[in-house]
This record gives sequence, C-alpha cells and structure tokens, in this order.
Amino acid sequence: MSAETQPATAAPTLLSVRDLHVTYPTDAGPLEAVRGVDLELAAGETLGLAGESGCGKSSLATALLRLLPRGAKVTGEVLLEGENVLAMKPGRLRAVRWTGMAIVFQGALHSLNPVQRIGPQIGEAIELHAQGKRAKTSARVGELLELVGLPARRAQDYPHQLSGGQRQRVLIALALACDPKLLVADEPTTALDVMVQAQILRLLADLQERFGLATLFITHDLSTLAAACRRLAVMYAGRIVEEGPAHAVFDAPAHPYTRALAAAFPIIGDPAFRHNPSGLPGDPPDPRALPPGCPFHTRCPVVREECPHTAVELWPAGEGRRAACVEVRG
Amino acid sequence: MTDGPLLELRDLHVAFPNRDGSRARAVDGVDLALPQGEVLALVGESGCGKTTLARTILGLERPASGEVRYRGEPLRYDRRSLKRYRRGVQMVFQDPAGALNVRQTIYEAVAEGLRIQGVEGNEEELVAGALSRAGLRPPERFFTRYPFEVSGGQRQRVVIAGAMVLEPGLIVADEPVSSLDASVRGEILALMQKLVQEMGVTMLVVTHDLGLAWNIADRIAVMYLGRIVEQGTTEELLGDPRHPYTRALLSVVPESHNLTPQILAGEAPDPTRIPAGCRFHPRCPVVASGEAERLGIEVRCRGTDLGLAPVAGSAVGSAHRAACHAVPVAEPDEAPV
Repeated sequence: MSAETQPATAAPTLLSVRDLHVTYPTDAGPLEAVRGVDLELAAGETLGLAGESGCGKSSLATALLRLLPRGAKVTGEVLLEGENVLAMKPGRLRAVRWTGMAIVFQGALHSLNPVQRIGPQIGEAIELHAQGKRAKTSARVGELLELVGLPARRAQDYPHQLSGGQRQRVLIALALACDPKLLVADEPTTALDVMVQAQILRLLADLQERFGLATLFITHDLSTLAAACRRLAVMYAGRIVEEGPAHAVFDAPAHPYTRALAAAFPIIGDPAFRHNPSGLPGDPPDPRALPPGCPFHTRCPVVREECPHTAVELWPAGEGRRAACVEVRG
Repeated sequence: MTDGPLLELRDLHVAFPNRDGSRARAVDGVDLALPQGEVLALVGESGCGKTTLARTILGLERPASGEVRYRGEPLRYDRRSLKRYRRGVQMVFQDPAGALNVRQTIYEAVAEGLRIQGVEGNEEELVAGALSRAGLRPPERFFTRYPFEVSGGQRQRVVIAGAMVLEPGLIVADEPVSSLDASVRGEILALMQKLVQEMGVTMLVVTHDLGLAWNIADRIAVMYLGRIVEQGTTEELLGDPRHPYTRALLSVVPESHNLTPQILAGEAPDPTRIPAGCRFHPRCPVVASGEAERLGIEVRCRGTDLGLAPVAGSAVGSAHRAACHAVPVAEPDEAPV
C-alpha cells in the first residue's frame, strides 16, 4: 500500500486545475477538446460546470481522474490537495481514485456489471482499498446503501432489478465507498424522470452537508446547477467562458453564451418566456476548425466588429466573477 | 370537416397482458379533446401511460375499450384506413438519431412518407419545401447528406420535415427536445411553434418538461397512472395548480417558482396494481401530512375513485378540471357551459 507520500498542503483549496489541455488523436488530425482550463474547488464546496455536448466538459471530468482513453494527451496540472494527479504512479493513482475523488456518470445501467449482484460490486471497491475483513465489508455495504436511501437488502439484487433512480443511488453509494473528499458528478440526473431527478439532487445535497463532500457537478442544465451549486463555471469550445457565484451568474449572466443557456430553460410564470422559446442559432463549432478570435462570435447575438480578431480571456466581471467577452473588458 | 375537435379520445382504455395473467392498465379511462390548431402538452412521469396514449392515438396500439376519433370519425384499424389516417397524423420521436435510417440520405428520409402515401406532385419540390420550412436552408445542400453528417439539432429538423412533408393535421411529438442541447432546444421549440402558427397544424406534445409547456403549449393535461388528473390552460395549470401531483411536479422545477419543493418518494407506480380509491393516494402529500384527515376526506381518498371535475374558483368559462377529493368542485351554476 502506498502511504501518504506527500503531506497535504495547508491551502484551503482541495482541487486546483491549472492550464489543462486534453487532445485526442483522430483520423482527421488532433482534436483539442479542452484548451486550457483553470479551476479551483475548496474543500466542501460545490462547483457547477455547465456546457453543451462537445464543449469538453466530460473530457475535463474524466481527465481529472485520468480515466481518458489511451492515446489522449493531457497536459497541465490537476492538483488534489497539492498533489499532481497527472504525475502519480499507478498505485498511488488507484488509491486516490476512490479515497481522494470518485466519479458518478450518467446512464447508470452501463456503469454496473449486469451479471453481478449489487452488494459484491460495492464490496469490491471497499476491499480493494481498505483491505477490511469480509464481515465488515458486508456491514459497510448495507450502511452505504442505507446512506443513499436504499434498504440494505438491495445488496442481493442484480442491476436490472432496480429502477433507473435506484441504480443511480447505487452508483453514488459506490462512489462513496472509500469516503472520497471530492465527488465528480457528470450529468448524474440527465436520464432520470423529474421527480427522481429531484430525489437524487436532494440526496447529493444531503451528502455534501453531512460529510463536507466537495462536488464538481456537470450538466447542460444551468437552472439545475444554479439551484444545486454555490459557484458556476460555463464552458464553450474547450474553455471556461464565465465563472462566478451561482446566483449572480444565473440571474445576471455576463457572457452572451451564458445568457442563452439561462434562457433555454424558461422561468415558468414569467411572461417573457410564454410562447417565446429561446435558443441560439447554429451549432457548437467543430473543435478542429474553431472560428478565429472569440470562438463564440459565429453564434453570438451581440457580436461586434472586433470579435473575430480579438483573443478573449477571462476578464474580471464584478465581485468574484470573470467572463471571456469583450463586453466586460471595459 | 365538422366543427368538433380535431382529435377526441372517449373513455379510452389500453391494457397489456403480463406473463402471470394480470393486466397492466397503461391507459385507464382517458377523455380528451384537441381542437384544431391547439398545442396540448401531455405531462407526466415515465410509466404514467403517456407514451402508450400517444401510440394509441397514432393507431399503433388498439384500445381495449373506448375510441379515438379524428375529424369526427372513429379510427378504424383495417390497413387502408390506418394508412390514410397516418397521412393526417404524424409522429416526431424523442431521439432523432434513432428515428432516422443511418443508410438513408436526408432526401430519402423526407421523401419516404410521400412515396408510401403515393403523394402526387413534384417530389423534389415537396422535399425541398419541407426541409426549408424546417429551417434547413438551402435545402439542396442537405439532399445527399447522411444523418450522421449533420448536428443533433439538424437531425431533429429532418425528422420534423419528414412529418410535415405530408401536411398532416396532427403531429404527436414524444419528448421532442429532451435529447437535445440547451441552446438547440429553444430553436426546435420555436420551429414547432412556427409550424402551428403558419401551417395551422395541431400538436400533442408528450413531455415531462413543464418548461416546454410554458414555452409552447396552449393547454396542459397531467397524467398519472393511466388517467388525466388535471387539465386546463397552461396559465391556469402552472399559475394555479390544484392537484397535489401537479403541484409536486411544478415544485421540483429548479429556479422557477415559489413553491416549497415537494419531493414525492418512490417512482411511478405499477399499472398492474392500481391503488384503490384515488390512485395517487399512496404518494399524496395531502394524505401523508394528515391534511386529508383534518379535512375529513381521508376515507374517500383511500376508498373512492374519482374523475375530473371543474374546480371551484376558476374563471367563468374555464375548463380547469382536477381529480382530487381535496379540491373543491365548482357548483353547477358556476361550472363552464
């Protein structure tokens, strides 16, 4: 077992991502899915990462745990309590993957082994890391299931005997098996029904509070993130384009892309949205052929003459806020 | 055409046999009328029977009893009648990738319906017109492309073009935007609304998304365990929801309202074992909180089944109806005529 080779730093920061790039080799040449992302997450904090398919958010999430397919090139730093995950040896990495941070994916059916009962699947994760006694393992499995709102006897079930919401709860139990400090939740509620979605969100909020669990919550639904997270970051074409306190960003977005995302899910009862669905023309750009200047300028409703020629970066946009738009550069 | 509704469902029941001999009552007594040019959102959790209801409207399932009426005529299930019916009633599915044949060009996908129906006229012009109305311009640029060569939003536009090319009277759309990205979602909803306004098509949108309803629906029907438990205009239903199930659904929409989140336990219940009394009572917050007991209605909640009734206090001429023992029923003289 690899002991703590490096003491945790005294910094209040739990996770610090610095200049992260993820590039996939493809037949049509390299595809840079993440193009220089910086993120900070304090212990116990909830950060929401919003963006649409192809924006690089899932590449970012999987890069944090080094779960990307072989061949993907990752540069930059992912510091978990000051220790660079990207430079860890395999043994240390395996330990950190469960005890440091754990991930919950969308589509709970594919993340579980269909021919193995729930109990042993969770037990395996516990034993791999804690090297506990079998008797203790089974007690711990029951405890974990109850923690996520399932009766302990569900350990006897196979995944197909559970509903979608129950399977998502099992995945959360699995992620919590080794008491991680950070939970990465990638679209954890997307495939679920509204009411079950609300149940899972409440469960995650309870767990955050009880265990001081930090969470990186990823989805394209900005309104869900605003309700569930303290801070928000919005990603477009491989970069963060806006970040700040969740409600400030959701209620008064500084970046026109964030404005479009916030308007995509209407405020029920607000006459401005009645018979007035609002979207963005066009589609996200091809990562291999990004538009010059601000990559959003081809879809931007408030595009200026300078935008195709201006290299945008995250500029200060009010208290604790930054946005990559010439509007806020001043 | 008659002056009545374009589509009418009368006491519709659809059931599926289980292996053990029991029957799943997926649609368990639905009455619904859809006037020409209206957008109705049929809302509920998965398993509530909304997709079975949609399939029955399309003639893909046959009712155990009751009937589907289109333009005043009951739907008949012989091949010829169904084929003619399906020219007038078209479906838009949730997942545009699954709804399109990967080996078929976009031109072929849109032309297929014309060929099946033997529509006369210049095929190329009709296809081009449909693509262009669906926002794929210039249409010729899309003719020879395959579904995987266009974006998800464009694929859904192709599906919509394929439905619209037959100039149907009714489109049934099952979760038309739930698999699309946020920014594309609004664009597709705007397209659907434009087709209603400009082409006069009538639309039934099956969804769990109340935001979608606020965006484009004229009326909402909320379905629970095979029945409609509340219906009314979008403003009535989302502004003044009366049924505890509707209230709960609305309360869990993030960032949208002032209701305290009322998270119901469990998932959509089993249609093979529909509870006695009000079918919602085992999950009902009014029963669970003891309020039903205080109101002296708990016995009825647990024992007396009920249908939709006009709700008291709604505007004159309103068709706001709910099926709940706790909701005061409008006196006959204030009920809508």
